[in-house]
Formats: sequence, C-alpha cells, structure tokens
Amino acid sequence: MMRVWLLRILIVGGFLLAWQFGSGSVIPEFFVSKPSIIISKFWLWVVNGSLFFHAGITVVEALAGFLLGGLAGLSIGMLLGRNELLGKVFDPIIVVFYSIPKVALAPLFVIWLGIGIEMKIVLTGTIVFFLVFLSTYTGVRNVSRELVAIMKLMGATERQVVLKLVLPSAVTWVFAGLRLSVPYALIGAVVGELIAANRGLGYLLSNAAGQFDTAGVFAALIGLIILAILLNMAVRAFENLVLPWQKETQKREMSI
Amino acid sequence: MTLPNRQKINMKGDMGVSIQNETVLSGDKPIPLIHYENFGKSFGTLVATKGVELSIRKGEFVTLVGPSGCGKSTLLNAAAGVFQPTQGAVYYEGASVTGYNRKVGYMTQSDHLLPWRTVERNIALPLEIRGLSSAQIRSRVEELIDLVGLNGFSKSYPSQLSGGMRKRCALARVLAYDPETLLMDEPFGALDAQLRLAMQVELRTLCLKLGKTVVFVTHDLDEAVALADRCVVFSERPGRVRQIMEINLPRERNLYRLRGDSQYAKLTTSVWALLAPSFEQGEKQ
Repeated sequence: MMRVWLLRILIVGGFLLAWQFGSGSVIPEFFVSKPSIIISKFWLWVVNGSLFFHAGITVVEALAGFLLGGLAGLSIGMLLGRNELLGKVFDPIIVVFYSIPKVALAPLFVIWLGIGIEMKIVLTGTIVFFLVFLSTYTGVRNVSRELVAIMKLMGATERQVVLKLVLPSAVTWVFAGLRLSVPYALIGAVVGELIAANRGLGYLLSNAAGQFDTAGVFAALIGLIILAILLNMAVRAFENLVLPWQKETQKREMSI
Repeated sequence: MTLPNRQKINMKGDMGVSIQNETVLSGDKPIPLIHYENFGKSFGTLVATKGVELSIRKGEFVTLVGPSGCGKSTLLNAAAGVFQPTQGAVYYEGASVTGYNRKVGYMTQSDHLLPWRTVERNIALPLEIRGLSSAQIRSRVEELIDLVGLNGFSKSYPSQLSGGMRKRCALARVLAYDPETLLMDEPFGALDAQLRLAMQVELRTLCLKLGKTVVFVTHDLDEAVALADRCVVFSERPGRVRQIMEINLPRERNLYRLRGDSQYAKLTTSVWALLAPSFEQGEKQ
C-alpha cells in the first residue's frame, strides 16, 4: 500500500513539475498556463467567494435535476415494470427516446424555458430520468418469480409483495442507476450553463475561455472535479446506509 | 366439476381431531391430506406427468423419487396451487386446490432468502405478513433460531452464511408460519454429504416433533429411503407412480446408524432395482 501511494505521488508530482517548467519553454504558456498560476487563480476565487457562489448554483441545478429525474425514473420504472400491458406499450417508445443524445434537447429547453435555472434542471432531469428509469425497470422485471410465489404461499397480498420484495430488490438496481447518474447530472448542469448562463461553474469556465484566461479554465475544471468527487462520495455514503448487506457482500473474500 | 364425497365430510365442521385419530388408530379410509386424482400436467407439447393417483396422509413423511424430468416438482407445485393441472385434479383436505395454497410451506434447492434482510428479519418475514406484533415476532423468531441451531447468527446477512446455515435459515422461515404441510424440492441438493446428513436428521426430528406432513422430492435414493415413511417411485416422463414402498423402519430412527441397518440396505437396493432401468435408458437418450 505504501509503495502504491509513493508511486502515485511521484507520478503526479513529476507531471506537475514538468507542467510547471515545461510551460513557457516547451509549450507556450498561453495554451496550458502553469500549475502555480492555476492554484493562485483558484485560491483567489475561494477567497473572494465567487467559487462557492458559482459552485452552489451548479450544485442546486444538478441536485434538483437529479431528484426530479430520479423520482420520475423510479416511479415510472416501477409502474411499467409491474404492469405488463403498460410495459409492453411503452417499452419501444422509451427506447427510441433513450437513443436521442439528451444534450441535443438543450436548445429546445431554452426555447421553452429560457436561459434561467429551470432549463438546466430540466436538462439534467431528462438525462437522469432515462438512466434511473432503465435500471429500475430492469430491476423490477428481474424480481424472482419464485420468490413472489413463495411469498404468496406465506399469505402475502399484492401490496406486501411490492413493499417487502419488489421495492427492496429493485433498490440495488435503482442505486446502480443513481450512481451512474451523478456524473451525468453534473454534465447536464454544466452543459446547460455552457450553452447559456450568467452564473455557475460552467459559466465560470466558458467566461474564462472567452477571455483567453487558460488558468481560469483550469481552475474552473478543478472546481468541477472536486464537486464530482464530493457528489460521488455522498451517493456512496447514502448507499452504504440504505444497502448495508451489499457492503457485507463486498467484504467477503473472493473465492470461486 | 362435481365435488367428491371428501369435500362434504370436511364441510361438516370440526372434524380435524377425529380424522387425525382415524389416521392413527384405524385402517379405515380417512380423508387424505393431499390427493392427486388422475393428475396430469403438460407444458405446451411437453407432457411432464399424467395419470398420477396418489394420496398423502396427514403427518406422513413421503419422498418422491424418479428419473429427472418425470414431474416430481410438478406435483409439489400443483399441491401449492402455483399452477393448475391440465388433467385430473389435486385435492387438499378434500377441496380442489385453486390458487395459492396457504396451508403449505415450500422449500427448494435454492434457499430464496432475501439478501437485504438479516437472518432474524428473514425468519420474521412470514410473521410480518401475518400481521403479528413486533413483540410476538421477536419471541417467535428467537424460538425458531434456537430450534434450527442458528444462535449467534441472527444479525448476519445470508451472504455471510455457509450453505448449511442458509438452509437452516430457510427452514426456520418456512416453520415460522407453521404450515401444516412442507413441500420440499431437493432442499439439501447443494450440500455436501456430511452437512446433508445433519440437515436430514434435523428435518426428520423436527417434523416428527411438530407433527408436520412432508412431501419431499429428491434424486438421492438413499435420502429417499432414509427419510421416508413411504417412498413413491416414479417412471420416466411422462411420470406415473410406478410403485409406493412402505419404508418399515422405526419412526424414530437414528439416521447416523442407518448405513449398517440390513432393512435399510434391502429397501435401498429394491428402489435402486426399480429405477436402474430408467436411469440406463435416460443415459442412452
């Protein structure tokens, strides 16, 4: 473990040093800036509060879209998964919509909703919806029919089957969809901001690029990376809280 | 469909006790607990079983053996009401089985535990379904964990348990709601020989103690004889009852000592002799 960390630090450190001293001599500084300048730019944004302001906006958009899309995906996935007729009717329709690159819908959302925060939330929500819907739908469909029969023999009603079996067994799939959605939610929010906005990390990024401020672009990227890591950690923590048995499964030693 | 006489007798009210006595005391024909009447089941063009006549008495331990694919599991499924026969009928306590039969508990080779529930919560599942209070559930679960010897594992998840412990948990769960009849479909199939023997001993003892009726499907002929009061031998597909063997070993038997028992040896040999031709045939197909 020590060796892994040592190697990692050496590689990253070496890369940063090469960047710092290569920039301006090997590659023009205009294109790649310098780590020291990027850090001071980032620090400037931290100190004057603009980083938190813009990151806060992006987080609100991503979270709102994540919640909306996630809830819609979950409930519609449940409904179509449990109702055979509806499932058959909507299955191909949803697959067609799924194949649209969701980002291509952004201009349409701009026309409908303007360039405010609503448009970013809807864009993010649309992206998240499909991911969560598909995994929920698959999860509900894959509930063991034997288990349903066994529960019916125990005297379970349809409602008890849904509450005690279908929901919890779909949760694993739902979480797979949710975890997958986190980076996409961020993409949705940032793309929305890149297209049209006057606030948010995406705006910070495109604004810096517009002024040929390479250090600013990289500093905004650092902000995005940190945000993505934090969001991932939050989902993982939530998952461990809700699905404790999965953690136990992972802890077991592998054997075949 | 006309209701058979059995149905009428059963309708007369509180006959449960006297029927039980009859079963034990006299040779008269009491209502069988489960009765297959000219039973047949096809899946599409595949005829799994047909023309099965079989009665299972209350409190009996009956094992079903036969070549694979002869419809043994089909019989269990039909008694549980998971599906309807395509020919004939299945009666439970004299009434035709339509829909899920809640008087039976089902156990299969796969233990079907809920991976997101701990041992105690898995065992509690049927009790929650019955709507017991949490205090009642707690004490009943404690009893059951003790009964099947899972003490100390109540907070473990199924993924943390060995195969044998998972079976114990599944057994406790099926016993939890106290079904009159246990339908078991090769429940110990995946266990190693030693563990299987331990589970067999446990099952036989528990069922005798609790007065359960058991219908037990297996492909292991030794197991079929060792556990049974009666052993039903099936023909190859479409499965029919070939022979019903009375296993005249003592009801309270020591399964660990059976291997040396001459009566047991004789019985297994004759079951083997019955099935060997169809096994051979199955091999050639």
